[in-house]
Amino acid sequence: MQGKKYPASNPYLVGREKIREFAHAVKSTNPSNLDVFAAQAAGYNDVIAPPTFAVVIQERSLATVLADPEADIDFSRVVHGDQRFIHQRPIVAGDELTSELEVASVKSLGPHSMVTFETKIFDIQKQLVCTAISTLVVRGDE
Amino acid sequence: MPHINIASLEVGQIIGTTEFLLTRDSLVRYAGASGDFNQIHYRDDVAAAVGLPGVLAHGMLTMGAAVQVAVDWVGDAGRVLDYQVRFTKPVVVDPVDGAILVVTGKIGAIDAEAGTVRVDLQAVFNETAVLGKAQVVVRI
Repeated sequence: MQGKKYPASNPYLVGREKIREFAHAVKSTNPSNLDVFAAQAAGYNDVIAPPTFAVVIQERSLATVLADPEADIDFSRVVHGDQRFIHQRPIVAGDELTSELEVASVKSLGPHSMVTFETKIFDIQKQLVCTAISTLVVRGDE
Repeated sequence: MPHINIASLEVGQIIGTTEFLLTRDSLVRYAGASGDFNQIHYRDDVAAAVGLPGVLAHGMLTMGAAVQVAVDWVGDAGRVLDYQVRFTKPVVVDPVDGAILVVTGKIGAIDAEAGTVRVDLQAVFNETAVLGKAQVVVRI
């Protein structure tokens, strides 16, 4: 499974209200996420997403992995181990994003396995916007 | 926008502390906003059936709230270049009282040449750190 790639998903259109909804959900009161004029004053075209918003795109890619019989991952046994986002630039309302996921590593830890996924998120010009790296711990039988 | 003079910063300096109240309402709101509808985040019976001490906050909610301390300090969310955490302990959210998450940001490293600072976050619930290696690299 290591090295297996899951192709780019259908484009995700980032909506301004979706960014505001997500920002409220993570308790952001930062004007760059909520106020178009403040975001523009900071040099962006529109409101920008909170730093962890890319998880929404990552989840879409992960869903394809979890549905893959070859991956054979039981979601009810999955625990989120760690998460990282490396941003080339912030996600901005109006972006159309695609993502490509690669299974970066699979390690065994006793009965458990640790699977690291790397999701690269691109804009419509095929420029890299963000790399999301997620490690899931799949609990085995004790 | 606050203007931070990188030369005036020192490693170990506290940049801010914020207390977040996470209630069951917060969890439902985060589920809807993120699309993560794992039932352990809103159903007591499901949480109990899989052996959890109660309904848990989404790790990604804790991660997303914690970084706000660094975002507000540096001015805007677009200055966060790199953000990572380990999920070390669960945050159990009481149906009535919720859970209080206290997040403190401290300067961990300064790169004056690159104009970046690494902020180390400590996120505490119930006197226990719930995130490990929570590091945010921001552009000043």
